[in-house]
Amino acid sequence: MTRHLLSIDDLDRAGIERILDRAGSFAEVAGREIKKVPALRGRTVVNLFFEASTRTSSSFELAAKRLSADVVSIRAASSSVAKGESLKDTIATLSAYDPAAIVIRSPHAGAARLVARWTDAAVVNAGDGKHEHPTQALLDVYALRERLGPLDGVGIWIVGDVLHSRVARSDILAFTRMGARVTVSGPPTLIPRGIEALGCAVEPNLDRLSEADVVYVLRLQHERMSEAFVPSLREYAMQYQVNAARLAPQQVLMHPGPVNRGVELSADVIDSPQALIAQQVEAGVFVRMAVLYELLAGASAGAAQPAVEPEAAVSA
Amino acid sequence: MSVERLFHAGGAPAELLLRGVHVLDPRGDLDEPADVLVRAGEIAELGAPGALAAPDGVEAIEGEGLHLFPGFVDPHVHLRTPGQEHKENLASGTAAAAAGGFCTVIAMPNTAPVVDDASVLRSLCDAAGREARVPVGFLAAVTRGLDGSELTEMAELRDGGALGFTDDGKPVVAAGMLRRALQYQRLCGGVISLHEEDPSLSGDGVMHEGGVSARLGLAGIPSISESTFVARDAAIAAYEDGRAHFQHLSCSESVTALAAWKAAGARVSGEVTPHHLTLTDEAVRSLDSRFKMNPPLRTERDRQALIDALRDGTIDCVATDHAPHARHEKEVPFEQAPMGTTGLETSFAALHTELVLPGVLSLALVVERMTAGAALYGLPTPRIAVGEPANLALVDLDASWEVGAAGYASRSENCCFHGRTLHGLVRLTVAAGVVAHRVAVEALA
Repeated sequence: MTRHLLSIDDLDRAGIERILDRAGSFAEVAGREIKKVPALRGRTVVNLFFEASTRTSSSFELAAKRLSADVVSIRAASSSVAKGESLKDTIATLSAYDPAAIVIRSPHAGAARLVARWTDAAVVNAGDGKHEHPTQALLDVYALRERLGPLDGVGIWIVGDVLHSRVARSDILAFTRMGARVTVSGPPTLIPRGIEALGCAVEPNLDRLSEADVVYVLRLQHERMSEAFVPSLREYAMQYQVNAARLAPQQVLMHPGPVNRGVELSADVIDSPQALIAQQVEAGVFVRMAVLYELLAGASAGAAQPAVEPEAAVSA
Repeated sequence: MSVERLFHAGGAPAELLLRGVHVLDPRGDLDEPADVLVRAGEIAELGAPGALAAPDGVEAIEGEGLHLFPGFVDPHVHLRTPGQEHKENLASGTAAAAAGGFCTVIAMPNTAPVVDDASVLRSLCDAAGREARVPVGFLAAVTRGLDGSELTEMAELRDGGALGFTDDGKPVVAAGMLRRALQYQRLCGGVISLHEEDPSLSGDGVMHEGGVSARLGLAGIPSISESTFVARDAAIAAYEDGRAHFQHLSCSESVTALAAWKAAGARVSGEVTPHHLTLTDEAVRSLDSRFKMNPPLRTERDRQALIDALRDGTIDCVATDHAPHARHEKEVPFEQAPMGTTGLETSFAALHTELVLPGVLSLALVVERMTAGAALYGLPTPRIAVGEPANLALVDLDASWEVGAAGYASRSENCCFHGRTLHGLVRLTVAAGVVAHRVAVEALA
């Protein structure tokens, strides 16, 4: 694995599988009474979030803590960034604490890559603008693989606001890398021109949604929209809402959260057993543990110190 | 009344004998080795190689293996003065020009304050008269504060030395406003130069709209945001029989529109930058803010269309759109970085390396297009002929150099060719009869 995880492009299929397998072993640990392993004891992980986030930040924090790392979580609003400090200076300051990893969420594409140039720490991209969200894609593949097995030949439709979605971009790359066939569908105003270059097909409406094995519904990010991409939420829901009438019983339903109930998804499908939404959240912790472990301990310490050895079994 | 329109500090008139240089003046018949004698800043004599001797007080330079071109003219630079001298000032910007072989540059008015009234223009011309290493001409704004709503006092600005008018950095959005400016041009003269971009189409875009922007999740600037305004404004210019110039064209649709309106007899012209001729939006995959400029780098198809248009004369000249920004301004995520790349120091070398050496364009054509900007603004075209003022670029085509390795003459380092190895190094620049730049030329004993 590379030194950082900035993009799904940093991983080939084998690299993805190694992380997922590692995540599987951490899932076993989670079933034990003591859910902590000492893999990163004495090392520091900085979570630097320049955007509001509940699940990603809490998931990274929990992942680092379960690996016994010291965790510092910084939110932009409460930091010196609010006083006008540049990203470069913020990173220089944090790097002085010699962190093993910096996890960064930024509203701007390429921020994680810049940070990687400015620090010796391993950098994990926890979402950069509308560009990528690689750990989300990894946890999506993990959850889906748990449900369906290998993804070769599986048809996955990604539905909704692709234009503003970093999740969509990372998912298209990760799903196709794992052998799935990906189709994106949504209002033509929310499908970026040239998206086919990522290796997906484009459908303008949901008429052929029944062909999908998996329906991955995106959040309609009306908070990111400064102009009207769709005439109304009502019209959007009429055309693109995934509900019991559109979703067949054998199809798997996914969503990165948080859900706009009654907009992109109806309540009946959210709460149905075919929904994988809760499993996605749960997988987030294991997958982020695996990513941190692979970046910080995997290559070198991995053999000497088994990841799944419970803390209680290690004499201090 | 003759109005002075170029301003520079001047200096001691050059006294030089350039011996055995390969002289290439694409507008003459000259494409051969020759001796060139410069006396008192003028080209005094041309002779066969080895035929001329250096009179007393004349420095002889052994130029065998070097090429001598008419000095280049850049009709589009940002010297950031007044108001943004931390990016560039008149001295550093013109030093960068001289380092690139330019003997004349034309500066844009989107400064702080904007060059939209005669007092600002006058102080700028005075400052250039003290500080500029090569002659500088100034464009004034079309509208006050570049805000598109009220014409500047164009006639007074012309009397004060403005070469022409532009709201560069911004389009003149309202068609009616541009029409008025073109009508008023009948009174005051001066080319009206246009940065073409329909803001309702370019929106908050930061790069070309296409497969790469889709991959990166960056808001795109579609090519039609430029080409629809080129077509619209060429039609307005034709209707008013006005003289309009299209700045930094970037896409094939704009070329199509310009060609059609030229064929229809409109008095329109166009320029293209070295970066649009040599790079595409693929470069933006790195998310390096050096590749963020407006108009954005576009596709290979657009690049080829621009090259063809430059070759066949649809696009008249090369312009760098030299746009310096300080390091701290560019060292931020791509979306937050300001638009622009420097270009004066790399213009010729980039075109020579990427287009001449591979055989895409001839050397003579590149030199012609790098000097054609003068005539578009009514300035004399630099020539290598007896009796002409010495405006010369002495270039070693065989010399390779890494861009930025030895720093920049510009105050800024946001060059899109940074780190690349280019072929072709300007050894000596003479601008308006004065040596403006020189490096490591062996003087004869």
